[in-house]
This record gives sequence, structure tokens and C-alpha cells, in this order.
Amino acid sequence: MLRRLVHCALCWTLSMAGVAGLYILAGAEFLGLAQLIVYVGAVAILIVFAILLTQRRELLSIERLTAGSWVTGVAVAGLVAGCLWIGLAYTRGLGGAGGASGGPALETRELGELLMGRYVVAFEVAGLVLTVALIGAVILALPFEQPREASGRRADRPAAGEGWDARRQGGQGA
Amino acid sequence: MSVEGAGLIRGFIETGRNLVGSYVDPRRWVTVQYPEERRATPENSRVYPFLVYDGADPEEGLRCVSCKICEKECPPQCIYIVPAQDERGRPRKHPAIFDIDISVCMSCQICVEVCPFDSIKMDQAYAWDREDRFGGLLLHKADLARPNRYYRELHPAEARVVDEHLARERELRESGVRAAVRASLPGSGEPGGGT
Amino acid sequence: MNMEGILALTGWGGLRWVGPVELFERGPVWLRDWAVGWLPEGAKVWAEGLIPAVAVLAVFGLLFGLATVAERKLLGRIQNRPGPNRVGPYGWLQFAADGVKMLTKEDVVPRSADRVLHFLAPIVMLAPVALSLAVIPYGRDLVAADPRCGLLFFFAVGSAAEVAAFMAGWSSRNKYSLLGAMRAIAQMISYELPLVLSALTVVMMAGSLSLVEIVEAQSGYWWGVIPRWHVMTPWGLAGLLLFMAAAAAASNRAPFDLPEGESEIIGGFMTEYSGFKYAIFFMGEYFGMFAVSGLAVTLFLGGWQAPLAVLEAAPSYGWFFLKLGVMIAWFIWVRGTLPRLRVDHLLNFGWKYLLPLGALNLLVAMVWRGLGGWAFPGAGAVRWLACLAMIGLPAILWGRLLMRSRGWGPRVYRYAS
Ligand code: SF4
Ligand code: SF4
Repeated sequence: MLRRLVHCALCWTLSMAGVAGLYILAGAEFLGLAQLIVYVGAVAILIVFAILLTQRRELLSIERLTAGSWVTGVAVAGLVAGCLWIGLAYTRGLGGAGGASGGPALETRELGELLMGRYVVAFEVAGLVLTVALIGAVILALPFEQPREASGRRADRPAAGEGWDARRQGGQGA
Repeated sequence: MSVEGAGLIRGFIETGRNLVGSYVDPRRWVTVQYPEERRATPENSRVYPFLVYDGADPEEGLRCVSCKICEKECPPQCIYIVPAQDERGRPRKHPAIFDIDISVCMSCQICVEVCPFDSIKMDQAYAWDREDRFGGLLLHKADLARPNRYYRELHPAEARVVDEHLARERELRESGVRAAVRASLPGSGEPGGGT
Repeated sequence: MNMEGILALTGWGGLRWVGPVELFERGPVWLRDWAVGWLPEGAKVWAEGLIPAVAVLAVFGLLFGLATVAERKLLGRIQNRPGPNRVGPYGWLQFAADGVKMLTKEDVVPRSADRVLHFLAPIVMLAPVALSLAVIPYGRDLVAADPRCGLLFFFAVGSAAEVAAFMAGWSSRNKYSLLGAMRAIAQMISYELPLVLSALTVVMMAGSLSLVEIVEAQSGYWWGVIPRWHVMTPWGLAGLLLFMAAAAAASNRAPFDLPEGESEIIGGFMTEYSGFKYAIFFMGEYFGMFAVSGLAVTLFLGGWQAPLAVLEAAPSYGWFFLKLGVMIAWFIWVRGTLPRLRVDHLLNFGWKYLLPLGALNLLVAMVWRGLGGWAFPGAGAVRWLACLAMIGLPAILWGRLLMRSRGWGPRVYRYAS
């Protein structure tokens, strides 16, 4: 059991890489590699950055593991393993480790044609949502104009711990 | 702003010229091949102090009178002096022990400035690589003693002044006009031959 | 059957007469087949995977050593000094001495460091980079692995470098390490986009994600003399420039080596590493440089293709490594010439300049293909110049605009007051 949040995040990254490996073994090369790029390359970094920027120290590590948390952990792990087992037991032949030969392999070209043809609306909507998020992030990160009369604000520095947020709100409200 | 990237290209040409030029013309080299080739040290360069002796005997000829002024003035306190004693236990004007820890010395030359007897000067030897970084870098009297000839070679201009000064001192002392000199130079602290 | 050929054992196919051209070209493959042939049936499949892996690692390990010496020698020459010239002939064995030094150095781990992550970080840094070397075609028959998504594989495994940088920086428990890791990650993420965009242009034009096929798409010559490499087209030229700029940043090379800016943050995320672990980081960095250089060669410079039809007699892997050497020399030259950027310059350059130009280049490539149907006399030149203008003019104008709008003045630190 890991007590530090960063370790948990890194382990999550590892398991995402493992999932990518499963995809590749199942013949979905493109999906697996995309999974690696997106989860290992981007989302994992996002998560660790979020952890690093977390101000509340007590969230970052768990001092003592209670019996309850052990029970929960083991139960969840058992549940997942059980589901996987059932799934595997009732599935026949994914083509084995040979991958490309037997699996429901989809050529990258076909994948692209599907995304651009049949599922174009969903694809574009997802793209739009991401673009909106990107623009939102840019707006959040834009330098806000410090109004002239706010130059005296420096005296009342926000209390430690909430400084970043408080100043940001102050700057935007002004 | 002129043509885009002109500065970049000029930079690349410059470094490229160095790259080729240093193969074609070794005179471009700004470094020397150290152990084989050495640059002469400038006259006023200094590294660690040494002790000057006159005559042939590095032990008896030491100019140092063990007055310990340098020991007191040395900022990092790296000089250690024990005066010699004569058979009746009175201090002689000679050091029994004179150590400088050059791993501590910061080459400030203060000891040279304060010595009234021109007996400690700055050396220019810089290669002090030793197997033992403690004992090997603790220099004793015998390691520090250098003839005046050596000093003249290192710092010719400075040595000439010092030599002239010492010669005049000796002359005055021998002609017995010391008292007159002292009267003519009130409180100047002129380094003399002692009292 | 070549009369002045020599007798060669072509794998287990038996003896026959082969010409020197074929011998050099196919030699490595025969050697592998011959070695594999000795093995029992079960071990063959393993050996066939293992032999290329070992070969790639050995070749690039040696190249790593030579590149470190070459880098120091060339940098020295650029600064008008001879560089290392003591160990071995002309100093070329310096890397062996360095290796011994690194191996025998004390391995210091900070007391409050996270020992496991601290230990794992160099491995996570080196292993993916070594993996990405697998998909690059080194010669006509020399590629360790040719997955259908070779290019995607290259970038996918490369993305683990960010995690490695974070692991190294965070586990060291050192503020400089963490700052270096933050810088490294910000830089890698920012520059991955222009890198991928310019690679994407090639994918679009070649119509394949497989690096082997991309190289094959560049075979042939225009009028029998100009090789049909992508760099000979306007979008390819622009793409190569963009790619090289982004590649320097993605592999932490000067002038984008801020993550280890010695003058500000000591050694970045490598601050707390010493001895062999440091050497592994170092190796990862060089391997990264080789990998992106190899990718640039593959995508834009025709991979293993010879520049002239008559020169095809030389083995194809020779051409590849020659081009790779040119790329490495270019990186070294850049390092010797350009000063290090500031963090905000770096990010602005990536996001505001390289990224839009990369997207524009994609468009230019489309136009290039669209104009392919022109058939009037001089169409080729017109098409060429039109496309070059389409990417070149915006590059210049946009650059000027950015320069003008930057505004010189004291820098404001918003959150540091
Ligand atoms: S000041 Fe001069 S004379 Fe006095 S102890 Fe030092 S070296 Fe000797
Ligand atoms: S040079 Fe300075 S530090 Fe060195 S012994 Fe003399 S007074 Fe001391």
C-alpha cells in the first residue's frame, strides 16, 4: 500500500502503460500507442502537477493505514480481479499474443476514415470541447491588468496558504 | 532589423571559422598544452608565501626574526611560529618552527605587507598537487626557505628596491649614525635593523 | 552472378558468388541468419529479436562514446582550443577514461531522497529512448522492428521521458532538482507539439505511419540527379527546420538546455545524481539526440537513400550513418554558437512561433499536393516558389510582428512579489 500520493500517481501511470500494452497485444496498435501518448505523456504529468500544486499538505500522504482502508483496498482489488477473470473465462480467443494476426485489428487508415466519416460529429464535438477547454486555460493564464488604484493592494497580502487563489480573485475582480 | 536570421548566420560563420581555423592555424589557440608547455607567470603574480634567506645556509640565513607580526595579521590564521631559544631559555631572533598551511592561505599577501624585515615574500609556484591533502599542504620552515637569488628572479623590480633598502640599512648601521637617522625620521616606523 | 565477386556464405542458404555491393548491403542480415541458424528451434524467435536489439545498443553505445568526444573536440575548436587530446590517438579514447571514472565514482543518494524513485528515474529515462531507436530504418534491410505505427511508437515511448524527469526531480528532494524537472516537463510538452506537427506533415504526404514506408516514399530522383527527399520540397525544407528546432528542445540540447541550466539551477533534475546514474542520464540524453536526429534523417533526408544514383553502390546503412553524423555535427555546431534562451523566451518561441508555423506547414503540404497537377512549362518552379512563399513569408512577417510586440523592459514577476 502506498502512502504518498505521488507514488500512487506514478503507479497509475504504470498501469496505464500496462493497459496500452494490452491494447497492442490485442492488435490495436494505434490505440495502444495513442493511449501511451495521452496517458503517460500528458495526463500523468497533469496529475503530478496537480499534486505538486496542492497546498494542503495532509492530502499528500497518508500517515497511518487503518484496517478499514486495507479491507477496502483488498475488496476493490478482488472485485476487479474477479470481473477480469469472468471476462476472460467467457471470452474465446483474442488471437493470442500474436496480436496483428488474429485480433480485431483495425488499420490506422480505416480508423481515420471511420473517425472522419461515420463518427465525424462525435469526433468534432469532442474536439470542440477540448478547444474550449484550451481557450479557457489560456484565458485563465492571461496576465490580468493591474488597475492603477490597486497598487496599494500590496499592503494587505493574503494570508499564507490561500495566497495564490485570493490574489487571483482579487486581481480579476478589480 | 535587417534581413531575417542575418545575425544567426553571422554567428554560425564566426564559430565555423574558428572551427576550421584552429585546425589550419594553431596560433589561434588560446590555450597551451600545459605540462609540456607553460606560460611565464607575470612578475606580479602571487600564489603562496615563502621565506627569504641571505647567504648560503637556509637555516641560519633566514631573515625572519620571529616577531610574529605576520602570524597575528594573517586573516585566515594559517601561519604558526615558535621562536627559537638560546641555551639560557631566552627567545632568539630566529624561528624554531615556521609553518604555513597553504590549504588555508588565501594568497592575500598581507603577511608580506606587514613584515618589517622583508623576510616573507610571495612565491609563484602554483602546482601544489600532493598525495596528502593535510600534511602535504602544511609547509614547514625548510620547505619555505628560498635564497634571495630566487626572490630576485621572481620579482626583479621589487627585489631591487628591497635590496637597495636593506643595503642602505646595513650601511647606516655600520657607520654608526643610527641615532641620527632615528632623529630625522620621527615615528616613521622605518624598518631598520632592529634595536 | 558477379564474376569479380567473392564467395560468401549467405546465411544458411548456402554458398554462392556475390558482388561486394551485395555483400556489404546484405552482410549484416546474413550474419544474423547464420548466427540464428545454430540455435535450437525454440530459441530462434528470441534470438531474432535479441540480435537486432543488441546490435542497435552496441552501435549506439559506441556512437555515444564517440559523440561525447567529438562534441568536446568540436566545441573546443569552436572556442579555439584543441579539446581532449590526451587519451588514445588524438584523444579519441577519452570516452573510455570517462566511463571508468563514472563507474568508479561514489554513488551519492541524498538522505531524504525517495530511494526507489531516485533509483528508477535514470532507467525510465534511458529505456524508452533506447526503445525508440528500434523503429528507425538504418538500412535497406536493417530495421529492428517495423510496426505499422512506427512513428507513433517513436513518440509514444518518448513520452516516458517526461515521467522520468519528474521522477528524478521529485525524488531528489532538492528544490533545484524540482525546478529543473518542472522546466524540463514544460519544455518537453511544449515542444512535442511542433515536433509531432512537422512529422505529421510527412505522414500526410507519405501516407503511412511506418518509417520504412516513409523512407521508401522518398526513393527515386527528379531528372535523375535531385533525390526525391522530402527536404527538397518547400514544405519538407520548412518541416526540417521546424523539426530540428523542436528536436533540440525535446532532447534538451543547447540552446534549449534550460532544464539543466548550470548557471541558475545547478544541474536541473540531475543535480542529485552522481556516478553511474548520472552517466545513464547523460546516455539517455545522447540517445535522445541520436533518436531525433535519426528520425529527422528518416523523415526529411531520405533515410538510407543515397543522394545520387551512382552512389547507391555504397551500403545503405553507410548513408544513414553519414547523414546521422551530419545531424549530430549540426547539433554540436548549434550548441557552440547560440546562447541559452530564457524560460519565457523558450515557451513563447515554442507556442507562438513554431506551433503556428507547423500548422501552416501542414497546409502548405496540402497545397503542394494540390498543385501537383499543373502541367504547363515551368510549372515545377512556380509550384516550388509559390509553396516556399506560402511558408516563408508568414514566417518572416510573424517573426517581425512578435519581435515588435514583445516590448523591451524590466520583467514583471507576477507571483513573486
Ligand atoms: S613578520 Fe616577518 S620577521 Fe616577523 S615573524 Fe613574520 S616573517 Fe618573520
Ligand atoms: S598570504 Fe595572506 S593568508 Fe597567506 S599566509 Fe600570508 S597573510 Fe596569511
